[in-house]
Amino acid sequence: MTTMAADDAMRTRLPKLLPVLIAFALLAAFPAFGSTFYVDLVGKIMIYSIFAMSLELLVGQTGLVSFGHAAFFGIGAYAVAMVTAKVDAASLWLVVVVAVLASAAYALVVGALSLRTKGVYFIMITLAFAQMAFFVFHDTSFGGGSDGIYLYYKPALTLGSLVLVDFDKGRAMYFGTLACLVATFAFLAVLLRSRYGRALAGIKANEQRMRAAGFATYPYKLGAFVLGAMIASLAGVLFAMKDGVVNPELLVWNQSGAVLLMIILGGLGHLRGAMLGALMFTVLQEVYQSEALFGSFSKHWQLMLGLTIIAFVATMPRGLIGLFGKRAKKEAP
Amino acid sequence: MDFPTFLIQCLNAVQYGLLLFLVASGLTLIFGIMGVINLAHGSFYMLGAYLAYGLAPLVERYLGGGFFTTLALGVVLAIAFGYLLEWVFFSYLYEREHLQQVLMTYGLILVFEELRSILVGDEVHGVATPDWLSGSFPLSEVMTYPVYRLFISVVCAIVAIALWAVMTKTRLGMRIRAGATNREMVQALGIPIRFLYRVVFAIGVGLAALAGLVAAPVSSVYPGMGSQVLIICFVVVVIGGIGSIRGAFVAALLVGLVDTFGKVLFPSLAGMLIYLLMAAMLLWKPEGLFKAG
Repeated sequence: MTTMAADDAMRTRLPKLLPVLIAFALLAAFPAFGSTFYVDLVGKIMIYSIFAMSLELLVGQTGLVSFGHAAFFGIGAYAVAMVTAKVDAASLWLVVVVAVLASAAYALVVGALSLRTKGVYFIMITLAFAQMAFFVFHDTSFGGGSDGIYLYYKPALTLGSLVLVDFDKGRAMYFGTLACLVATFAFLAVLLRSRYGRALAGIKANEQRMRAAGFATYPYKLGAFVLGAMIASLAGVLFAMKDGVVNPELLVWNQSGAVLLMIILGGLGHLRGAMLGALMFTVLQEVYQSEALFGSFSKHWQLMLGLTIIAFVATMPRGLIGLFGKRAKKEAP
Repeated sequence: MDFPTFLIQCLNAVQYGLLLFLVASGLTLIFGIMGVINLAHGSFYMLGAYLAYGLAPLVERYLGGGFFTTLALGVVLAIAFGYLLEWVFFSYLYEREHLQQVLMTYGLILVFEELRSILVGDEVHGVATPDWLSGSFPLSEVMTYPVYRLFISVVCAIVAIALWAVMTKTRLGMRIRAGATNREMVQALGIPIRFLYRVVFAIGVGLAALAGLVAAPVSSVYPGMGSQVLIICFVVVVIGGIGSIRGAFVAALLVGLVDTFGKVLFPSLAGMLIYLLMAAMLLWKPEGLFKAG
């Protein structure tokens, strides 16, 4: 009986998992034939995918619409700048630990307070806390002010005094990002199938009933909020390492809006949707900004992006992922 | 802080707060009555400011000038624009989920910003203060206060009172309030709810545009002025309680006070103070000061 169930689960899971595995394989092969420009672009898309998946855990899986997720991305990025000394590369271990802990600590405070409110009020209070973080980095000398901080050395992956990976060399940054992407996807996919993940889905569907069933929903939600923030800070670390500069723009509210846009464009409720949305959003931005395609009108790229977003949501309310598969159609009302 | 400085800051705070109220009242009406989260509301403020910039020379040439003519013409145009926009765009949003509304109105911001850039360009423009309002009156031997800022406060206060009167004393206001409480019931009583929504939306756009029109000589007109005001107005709406005009009024003055005095007393904290205020208020009252009906 159990083997049959497992068999069945495998049969429904494989068609969903297969495209993701193929995509990861293609990503691994990409640097072999892509030019530096495109490898860089794909690297950026992968970082945004991680960021988007971390928000998908909150919005799509738990039903917590956070409008301040960029704060945690920014905290991760600033952690790199804070730990990196002026003279030498920092250890990546230290950077990651500092970034994740700082982000988790802030998320614990923000989450504990914000989760007392609901709906639109939750959206706005998360925005408020993100704006506070923004102004801490923007208005004080602590974070280098509005100019931000340049990183002269990328953190290196070390073991004792041995340098395992130097991210300045070759495609190390790209493959490091890919590894993080795969790890994040695998971790979240497993988590969402665990008892904890099912409880989050239950909270999203009907929190009242979950409480009646004996679940203390508050710690579950707080856990998801903190976890999402920790993953977002990892994406922030990667982003700072790739760009070599951090500034308050990373925490600005448009950034929180953009990542929300990604997961909705891609399709809420699916990790694949978050990745698809990050891909689509970044590619659209690049295409509309390209002077080769649009000439001098590329200056007004946001006009086309705006119209695309409107047309897209109007015609495809379920997101890109809704285009694939019969199951999606059956669920539609 | 001596007394004249304190007085000037108080006047500034009230002026800023009242201006915020004009924008936020439309936002809270649209939010509370139609249930639409309208991120593009800041664009209507921008529209007003650019109307002040664009209309002044036209009014000068064809109608022989006049500041109030410009104001009135701008508001009428903005209301007509709001009426049309509700018809062709926003009326399709009511049945959608909140997140989709957020997305589509975010798209609308981008469209408006770029249209502004294509039509008017990206430069900062000043708008002239009318001669009869350009003076200032003395508060002490050295300090003076510009008459125009006082004028802004007076205009906003009159509009606030008028809005209150319309909402509580007239049949239209009664219907609007009824529509917010129970959409189906109002419809069943034979009141054309879609028309009512269109009117409310147009009023909201008109109020935001009026704020932009009167603020233009002080703030000048510049790209991105809409989104700056939008976030602060959302703070106002949330502190006041969604859908509550009274709440928006109190919250707008509160935000005006905190922001103005914050900039004077704690310059390095100024940016985050209003968000601190909002977080504190929401923790104290998770549904805002005045929860609407």
